[in-house]
Amino acid sequence: MRIELDFISVLTEWPLLVKGVAWTLGLTSVSTVLGLLLGVALAWSRVHGNFFLRALAGSYVESIRNTPFIVQLFFIYFGLPALGVRLSPEVASIIAMVVNLSAYATEIIRAGIEATPKGQIEAGMSLALKPGQIFLHVVLPPALRKVWPALVSQIIIVMLGSAVCGQISTEELSHAANLIQSRNFRAFEAFIIATLTYLSLAIALRRLLNWVGPRFLFGR
Amino acid sequence: MHEPLLAIQGLRKSFGDNEVLKGIDLTVQAGEVIAIIGKSGSGKSTLLRCINGLETFQSGSLSVDHQTLLHHDANAMRALRQKVGMIFQSFNLFPHLKVGENIMLAPGLVKQKDKAATEIQARKLLDRVGLAEKFDAWPDQLSGGQQQRVAIARALAMEPQILLCDEITSALDPELVGEVLRVVESLAEEGMTLLMVTHEMNFARKVADRVIFMHQGRVHESGTPADLFGNPQTPELVQFLSALG
Amino acid sequence: MVDFSLWDIFRNLLLALRWTVALSLIAFVGGGLVGLLLLITRLSQSKEAQVAVKAYVQVFQGTPLLMQLFLAYFGMALLGIETSPWLAAGIALTLYSSAFLAEIWRGCVEAIPKGQWEASQSLALSFFEQLRYVILPQAFKIAIPPTVGFLVQVIKGTALASVIGFVELTKAGTMITNATFKPFLVYSCVALLYFSLCFPVSYFAKQLERKVQSGYA
Repeated sequence: MRIELDFISVLTEWPLLVKGVAWTLGLTSVSTVLGLLLGVALAWSRVHGNFFLRALAGSYVESIRNTPFIVQLFFIYFGLPALGVRLSPEVASIIAMVVNLSAYATEIIRAGIEATPKGQIEAGMSLALKPGQIFLHVVLPPALRKVWPALVSQIIIVMLGSAVCGQISTEELSHAANLIQSRNFRAFEAFIIATLTYLSLAIALRRLLNWVGPRFLFGR
Repeated sequence: MHEPLLAIQGLRKSFGDNEVLKGIDLTVQAGEVIAIIGKSGSGKSTLLRCINGLETFQSGSLSVDHQTLLHHDANAMRALRQKVGMIFQSFNLFPHLKVGENIMLAPGLVKQKDKAATEIQARKLLDRVGLAEKFDAWPDQLSGGQQQRVAIARALAMEPQILLCDEITSALDPELVGEVLRVVESLAEEGMTLLMVTHEMNFARKVADRVIFMHQGRVHESGTPADLFGNPQTPELVQFLSALG
Repeated sequence: MVDFSLWDIFRNLLLALRWTVALSLIAFVGGGLVGLLLLITRLSQSKEAQVAVKAYVQVFQGTPLLMQLFLAYFGMALLGIETSPWLAAGIALTLYSSAFLAEIWRGCVEAIPKGQWEASQSLALSFFEQLRYVILPQAFKIAIPPTVGFLVQVIKGTALASVIGFVELTKAGTMITNATFKPFLVYSCVALLYFSLCFPVSYFAKQLERKVQSGYA
């Protein structure tokens, strides 16, 4: 039995693949920034908020972490229109990715915040800093540094998860691969190339984030 | 006689059922250096931490510069902490900021000084504690004694009227203690009001105006170093001093 | 148009839930067995074996599960095997689980102090005897919470099998939505059912973690 693999007819469609990669990276960067911001806010709520806020944040986190991303995506894209909220595939994808990342980021960041040595907070207090200033300048940067590897892993998981967004016609990489194979029937080859591209993106993204963190977020 | 800078009356503090401070009365004039000595568990650190509000107390009154301490008023507490600085046994420098940034953080945020002004001030203070060349170093690159001196500079950046020193040399290797005490001595000479919980008896003897011996949550004896070290009145103080060798 | 009641919808989803559970268990157990083999290979002295397992794990952890499912599905077609969603989803999810479990378990084994290896080695135990009687029993205890926690990931992973035509809970939801035109209701029910499966497992894993922590306190 001979298996004939034809990668060339897939690679000739490289503009589509490049467009797909651009979309994947675009979705990931926007979702990462918004997701981390939301994650910090929710982590703060879970540690310092009143009972109502803590319960709300906690329910949010548990609902997202215990349901599949594809279901969250379908709910936002197909379900919300029933309430009158009609979203484009791209916006729905970003919302789903932000919601998903923020739920996991909350728990990761919360662990970092709760590991802050008491003496740090006391030092901040003795210097007459406001609670908000203590959180932003004394607690958060070392916390982020501590949990950065876990956060980076989670961001990569969300990037890989964005492949699912192709199912609602977002023109990211997996959608491009699907489009290509529907034209030339080289499904296996198309998905191999897409998979290898994802792998490269994951490796590159990890390197990038390990540079970004110390450079912009928490020094060292 | 001047109005006291710090006035404590009948201060009582409990941790749950355990009463740690059993009615403290203390007045401190501006420029005084007070050494507080006693066994562990006598309430020394707790007293200090009550003065800048890191601990709350159940009854009694405490006022700094005529302002009564109000636990529930966050603004009042922050105003208090601009007048009362603290140096900790474990330094508590901010690990994610360089030495200079550690010193510049609070004046920038609290007094809202601009960056240039805080940098000039930070460099001046660092020079004062003998670490001018370490402005761009990271805290974990410094020895314990150096870190503690940076902590002193950091507290001084807020231009406090009183400095609370909570066993600031207890966590240091013996050969590093001297460099820190020299800085404190120079502060005393310049007229800073200091309250120091310390085990360094020689230092207390040399620098303090008054020594307070605490025992089981009360001020047991109080007087000049010559009085307390040379002529202890109570058996507890005698025992404490002899145990120190 | 036939009008579907809430119960109709729910009943059909519950029926599909069976297949979610079945696929999850197959992937979890199968992945566990393969993962164990990978673990032992990784722990062996052979440098090539270690690199191979490391690469295997990197590939499965660094690529989308969706792509893995597509590759299994279309790969089978290439090999002339009749393309079946069951087989493709089963193989893909099993291999996926094996990579993650091998990695989780490796972490647990590495948490065992080196002194345990040295002591058992000094007692002249062979490599496999050291693993079987000294290391793995200890690693097993700390491995339980994260392993149980991973089951949640597997359950969520089965939702992607819907994309290659496997009829589990998510696929049923899509089909019922197309029939009833009630996406909000249907996908809410789907989410609720996944939650009812995953949350108890998550909670259980958290309890186990707490027990293990207190054991070392």
